[in-house]
Amino acid sequence: MTYQTLLGYLPAIMPELVLGGGIMLVLLYGVFRGERSLISTALLTLLVLCVAAYYVVLGASDARVLAFGGSVVIDPFASFLKLLILGASAVAMIMALEFLKHEKLNRFEYPVLIGLSALGMLIMVSANDLMVLYVGLEMQSLALYVLAAFSRDNTRSTEAGLKYFVLGALSSGMLLYGISLIYGMSGTLNFDVLKGVIETQGMSIGLVIGMVFLAAGLAFKISAAPFHMWTPDVYEGAPTPVTAFFAAAPKVAAMGLFLRVLFGPFEAAVAQWQQIIIVLSVASMTLGAFAAIGQSNIKRLMAYSSIGHVGFALLGFVAGGEAGVKGVLIYLAIYVAMTLGAFICILAMRREGRQVEEIADLSGLSTTQPGLALALLVLMFSMIGIPPFAGFWAKFYVFLPVVEQGLYWLAVVGFLASVVSAVYYLKILRVIYFDDPAPRFTEPSYPGNGVLLAMSVLFITFFIFWPAPLLNAAGVAASSLVK
Amino acid sequence: MLYELIVFLPLAGALIAGLFGRALGEHGAEITATLLLCIAAVLSAFAFYDVAILGNAKTVVIANFITSGDMVVDWSLRIDTLTAVMLVVVNGVSSLVHIYSIGYMHEDEARPRFFAYLSLFTFAMLMLVTSDNFVQMFFGWEGVGLASYLLIGFWFKKPSANAAAMKAFIVNRVGDFGFALGIFGVFFLFGSLEFKTVFDAAQAKSGAVFTFAGFELNALTTICLLLFMGACGKSAQFLLHTWLPDAMEGPTPVSALIHAATMVTAGVFLVCRCSPMFEYAPDALAVVTIVGATTAFFAATVGLFQNDIKRVIAYSTCSQLGYMFFAAGVSAYEAAMFHLFTHAFFKALLFLGAGSVIHALHHEQDMRQMGAIWRKVPLTWGLMLIGTLALTGFPGLSGYFSKDAIIESAYAAQSQVGTYAFVLSVAAAAMTSFYSWRLAFMTFHGPRRGDPHVLDEAHESPWVMVGPLVLLAIGAVAAGVVFAEYFIGHHRADFWRGAIFVSDAHKALLDEIHEVPKWVKYAPLVAMVIGLGFAYYFYIVNPALSARMAARQGPLYQFLYNKWYFDELYDAIFVRPAKWLGRLFWKGGDGWLIDGFGPNGIAARVLDTTAQAVRLQSGYVYWYAFVMLIGVTVAISYLLTVSPGAP
Repeated sequence: MTYQTLLGYLPAIMPELVLGGGIMLVLLYGVFRGERSLISTALLTLLVLCVAAYYVVLGASDARVLAFGGSVVIDPFASFLKLLILGASAVAMIMALEFLKHEKLNRFEYPVLIGLSALGMLIMVSANDLMVLYVGLEMQSLALYVLAAFSRDNTRSTEAGLKYFVLGALSSGMLLYGISLIYGMSGTLNFDVLKGVIETQGMSIGLVIGMVFLAAGLAFKISAAPFHMWTPDVYEGAPTPVTAFFAAAPKVAAMGLFLRVLFGPFEAAVAQWQQIIIVLSVASMTLGAFAAIGQSNIKRLMAYSSIGHVGFALLGFVAGGEAGVKGVLIYLAIYVAMTLGAFICILAMRREGRQVEEIADLSGLSTTQPGLALALLVLMFSMIGIPPFAGFWAKFYVFLPVVEQGLYWLAVVGFLASVVSAVYYLKILRVIYFDDPAPRFTEPSYPGNGVLLAMSVLFITFFIFWPAPLLNAAGVAASSLVK
Repeated sequence: MLYELIVFLPLAGALIAGLFGRALGEHGAEITATLLLCIAAVLSAFAFYDVAILGNAKTVVIANFITSGDMVVDWSLRIDTLTAVMLVVVNGVSSLVHIYSIGYMHEDEARPRFFAYLSLFTFAMLMLVTSDNFVQMFFGWEGVGLASYLLIGFWFKKPSANAAAMKAFIVNRVGDFGFALGIFGVFFLFGSLEFKTVFDAAQAKSGAVFTFAGFELNALTTICLLLFMGACGKSAQFLLHTWLPDAMEGPTPVSALIHAATMVTAGVFLVCRCSPMFEYAPDALAVVTIVGATTAFFAATVGLFQNDIKRVIAYSTCSQLGYMFFAAGVSAYEAAMFHLFTHAFFKALLFLGAGSVIHALHHEQDMRQMGAIWRKVPLTWGLMLIGTLALTGFPGLSGYFSKDAIIESAYAAQSQVGTYAFVLSVAAAAMTSFYSWRLAFMTFHGPRRGDPHVLDEAHESPWVMVGPLVLLAIGAVAAGVVFAEYFIGHHRADFWRGAIFVSDAHKALLDEIHEVPKWVKYAPLVAMVIGLGFAYYFYIVNPALSARMAARQGPLYQFLYNKWYFDELYDAIFVRPAKWLGRLFWKGGDGWLIDGFGPNGIAARVLDTTAQAVRLQSGYVYWYAFVMLIGVTVAISYLLTVSPGAP
């Protein structure tokens, strides 16, 4: 590989280069400006994210571009996910500002860490090589470990960071072990070559074990049951905006990576991994539905809710084919919009200079703050999957291929889990609409969160009238992954 | 346009009073509803003149209602003489009741609601009488049922009113079930629900049979009996009569409206409307005669010893409806309709007069608490007397013409059921006279029995209440002598113009009544005088004797006073088993089985599962790591051994 060849690859990874370089500059700026530079670093990071997104759009084409000797791939699938990741990261960062100011966490490292994590995610979804996969994954994870413990003086936050780190290390170990087995059995790290090997030689015992370990590592990242155990504790302990970020962008990246691995190199092993995914999906859907009912802390409830949503999205994996992948992508996009909207509402739960997190704190919100109550109503209905809200269509597009594949029992299980999950979403609404009003929440000092919440709610409500952009984009992305 | 206005003005009144009553105010709402109904009543008089006298019968199609396969049903108004008579009766009485109610209900808070219900009731009845097919008729039929439920239960805070409203609704449901089956049968047999098509084909289908559960039933007879079952429910005939006296729980104007013009007359109207079918089902006609005559007799006996002023009149209505039915049963439909027409005047008069008395005595309804107030309320007294004379068939007043024609036609029918009806109806006429005069004497004459304070304070009702009474009294006096020739006399063919069909065998019946023996002609009159005489003796000459007899409570008195124990009988046969069954399904079926294993059971299991799921989350890192490793181990073990694709 000559110097010129390497240089020739650079345009393909412009978004990553912009993001990496930009974040370094923001870091330098933050160090020189010192403690009080949260807002300006955040705005600079937002700018960097936007430029990166611009380059993603610029580099997007229907072609499948390989770079760095085939270890990095740029295709519509990657571009779709990158835009989603950058958007989710930007929103998660902006909505944090209010919270960080009040909680005396206004340090410039927050935007920087978000940016670095986003960089890792971009690398993840472009990975076409087991080593790049690992590098991207670790890069985003390390930033997330720090973010989880961002509130250093808070024991719950540090506990969350530590738990996440220890278990994350375990999952990384399993992932690496799986990679080493795969490499040992096939002699390659490259996805395309690996795919050829499996197609010609089939799955050896070593490859099966390697695939399971790899899948376990990725299942940890998307918090699919039974690899979900960290999720409730970390979601509850981490500062709320960090939790919001955890629930959105990293999920998208890990799901994308999971899709790329299973539908790329391991496409021929579908008979094996499909069964694992079915178990993960059913376990996540049911556990998410049942365990969430018992929660009184709304962040913990959202943790189980996200586990359940992952279970639903995994249904698309099981169905397979272009329709299944398309369903997953649509689900992820709508899920991100819903979950970020929900967390904006949770961030608004601030009373007497203190962030409150209990569901009971929402009581009577419909009389004190009817606008916020209405937003939560739309969000919760959408999460349940009640038409005409977007959440219904998310479920629709993953259930449809499952039914078309003849996996009726799975669709029924998913449907029942959805019914049970309605219990805890409606429980929140009952508290909001039928309980005696509690004191008002403090008005926010920045208007940003209100605007973002309105965008989320409008998107969810009016998606039914204008679904084509998302459906088409997801369709193109899916067809580039599954040929 | 005329007919649309007649039918829909009351609906407009109901909607305006019901929906905008708050905006219009109580007075505005009642005036609006009353005014619209009065307009409709005046238009009805024009319509009557146009259709019945000038002979311009027509059918007005408004819109398509249902089109489903072979079944095509329109909203349309069939206006012939039969309908025109009903229009005058319904709108005439209803408008007077509206006016009267302005005075009677002036203390009530919920007047807009009351007037909305009254107008709705009228609209439903108009829908019923103007329909040109069975479905629209059923619509009106059910609308009448609904409105009666609402009106009887108008004072919904009174438990007895609620119970009475439910009773009326449920008993009517029994009849409506038969009516609905009859309609199904009509469609099954004729393939159409339009009156014209059905009636034209009735003769051709008279021999058709239904095969049901191995029996061969004459189709037309079966249908007619089922329709008659519906008529029995609405018109409170024997066995389905129990709701009518209880319906007195409603405000008095409602009783007048139900008893004189709407609701109870629907059954008689149905039978007359379906005369082309009944004429070819002689067995059904015989049943109609027997049931009608039995009701006339039975209700009269029960009316003898009731003490509630409204209940006496209620049983009187029940009895008079019996007369109408057996008249129809012996094919004297014209006489039935004539009696319906005259009865509307004097029964409305009696009810509203009773309402005036009740109003005067501060809502006292027990006749044992009245007496000797005729000087206090002279106008009411005089008007009530006219009503009583008309009801008992005093010569020259309206009841004399219609009732005597019915009794004579029962005799002239020269059949066994006709004779049965004749004998019972003469007996009933005597009893009618007795209880009517008993009512008049106990209320206005004789000793003062009630609270002297209340009786001293009795006062004449305002003109808004007495005015309608005067108009009704004029009708009660004159309706018979003016219209007898048209309804049942020599002009009847020109008057009805085929609206009522009478087969050739029975065509001359109403002419034959003029040739019955002298003793038959005088029988009702003699019966009336006997009844009057007994009443006069017991309640004017020797009131102490009647009080003693009532106090002794002999078995016959008990039997009659308790209405032949029908309520107790039904309670034992239907109500209690139904409640038992309902309780079984409620506690056992719904509560234990469905809730226990359904919603509640599942919800409880969900919560159990939740508790288990939450317990998994111990908070210990080693436990979390352990679960992950277990997951991996299980997955690998499965894929390498059990899985179908195991290498």
